[in-house]
Amino acid sequence: MAGTAVLGRLTWLSASVAGTVVETPRVKTLELDVPGWAGHRAGQHLDVRLTAEDGYQAQRSYSIASAPGDGLAVTVERLEDGEVSPYLVDEVREGDQLEVRGPIGGYFVWDGDEPAPVLLVAGGSGVVPLMAMARHRAQVGATTPMRLIYSSRSWEDVIYRDELETLGLEVVQTLTREQPPGWSGYSRRIDSELLSEVAWPASDSPRVYICGSTRFVDAAADGLIELGYDPAWIRTERFGATG
Amino acid sequence: MIGTSDLKLDGNAIGGVMLELFGFELTATPCVCAGCGAREEVARLDVYTGAGIVVRCCHCEAVMIRIVQGRGRTWLDLSGTASLQLG
Amino acid sequence: MIVSRGFRGRRREGPPDRVPPGQYLTDDFPVLSAGPTPHTPLEEWTFSIHGVEEPVSWSWDEFRALPSEPVTVDIHCVTRWSKLDTVWEGVSVDTLLEAVEHDAAYALAFCDGGYTTNLPLEDLTDGKAWVAFGYDGEPLDPEHGGPARLLVPHLYFWKSAKWVRGLTLRDEDEPGFWESNGYHLRGDPWLEQRYWGD
Repeated sequence: MAGTAVLGRLTWLSASVAGTVVETPRVKTLELDVPGWAGHRAGQHLDVRLTAEDGYQAQRSYSIASAPGDGLAVTVERLEDGEVSPYLVDEVREGDQLEVRGPIGGYFVWDGDEPAPVLLVAGGSGVVPLMAMARHRAQVGATTPMRLIYSSRSWEDVIYRDELETLGLEVVQTLTREQPPGWSGYSRRIDSELLSEVAWPASDSPRVYICGSTRFVDAAADGLIELGYDPAWIRTERFGATG
Repeated sequence: MIGTSDLKLDGNAIGGVMLELFGFELTATPCVCAGCGAREEVARLDVYTGAGIVVRCCHCEAVMIRIVQGRGRTWLDLSGTASLQLG
Repeated sequence: MIVSRGFRGRRREGPPDRVPPGQYLTDDFPVLSAGPTPHTPLEEWTFSIHGVEEPVSWSWDEFRALPSEPVTVDIHCVTRWSKLDTVWEGVSVDTLLEAVEHDAAYALAFCDGGYTTNLPLEDLTDGKAWVAFGYDGEPLDPEHGGPARLLVPHLYFWKSAKWVRGLTLRDEDEPGFWESNGYHLRGDPWLEQRYWGD
């Protein structure tokens, strides 16, 4: 028991909620103040642990949305029937306390120190770690070509909608369930045909980051491989459906 | 109803557990499957959640890692992993 | 320990004579799996009993021709959820064991995909266990173990092995997939036998 208790002290940190931002009807960003936080890289995530008064605990992983130089924020989507996400999105207020562990991840990261053009492919809330990468690029003034292909259900569900236009990256949206009047963009799920029109050509040897549900990620990765992408260029992060 | 394909995650999902156990990051660590010899970073392996966590080779589906946590202990079985490349 | 204001979790308390210690009630039926869902075609499916002088095997049609019964039971998962009054259709393990001569004390259930779980024969007999092929009036969904799974509701649900293909009878207890890696050899939820040493 003693060994594990020491490990626990090393990894879980107290966090207080410094602010909240409503991103969409279902999505909220929590800005966190975590004394002792060592910083993070774009693409990493952290674990959040909640403890109820009777000691019951629940834990979930959330991608870090903020650029490394910009404090710590996570963006959470409320999942229907979720146990933790409805609490984080609907209940949590400034000043509330949680515990966090991290940063976690050394694979699904982008530091901006390689010249290869970057393709980001996001399914729904899979955009969160990719947004950290886009924000990081803007913050350090990197000139690496970066393009985001972002699939959402509807215009109302597009997270960071306004900010995406200010980051100096190319954004291709597809709205799969409902489109606003006059919409001239894509309106279907990402497939190899869509990718062939908007992805970097394979001859550019791009770096790819795909994030979303397992189904989304596998379909996007397969689509890119069909276009001649080397699987080794493609990094993926799959979200679970439990919230 | 959640489709089975959505139940399968990848090794990024065990990043936190591995950090807790080893004290350093492991998702970018290449490891070799004891079943088929394939070498992949932990993040690329298939992760299933049953009564405990099961990590499978993304090529041959053999069990590479099993993790059970309870009452302050962790049981970690690496017998399906032939080696890890650390550092 | 930091308590998060207002956090309760999704738990429902239930009548203590029906909900074992440390469990909470759920209305859904969570899907947990140690691996990909197998899809053995019914023409190839068999259920067999080994570890006896004369092993037996049933094809799907032969298995479905055996007497079966509806079963309503509470189930308890070691991950802490319990679900009351679940309705199944299955063949009693007693019926299957009648087809072999044995004096074994233990069994190891084996499944498509390689999963195994061990049980004393005592926990499989006298109306305590079934090989279930129906749930809630429908054929058992592959995600929940279809075409057939073991159903042993008085023990934690990891013992109710999905995609079961047979039993190997043994004189000694051999730990299965989870029992060899931290989970309790027997798994009685009323004694909270979750892990080694409990």
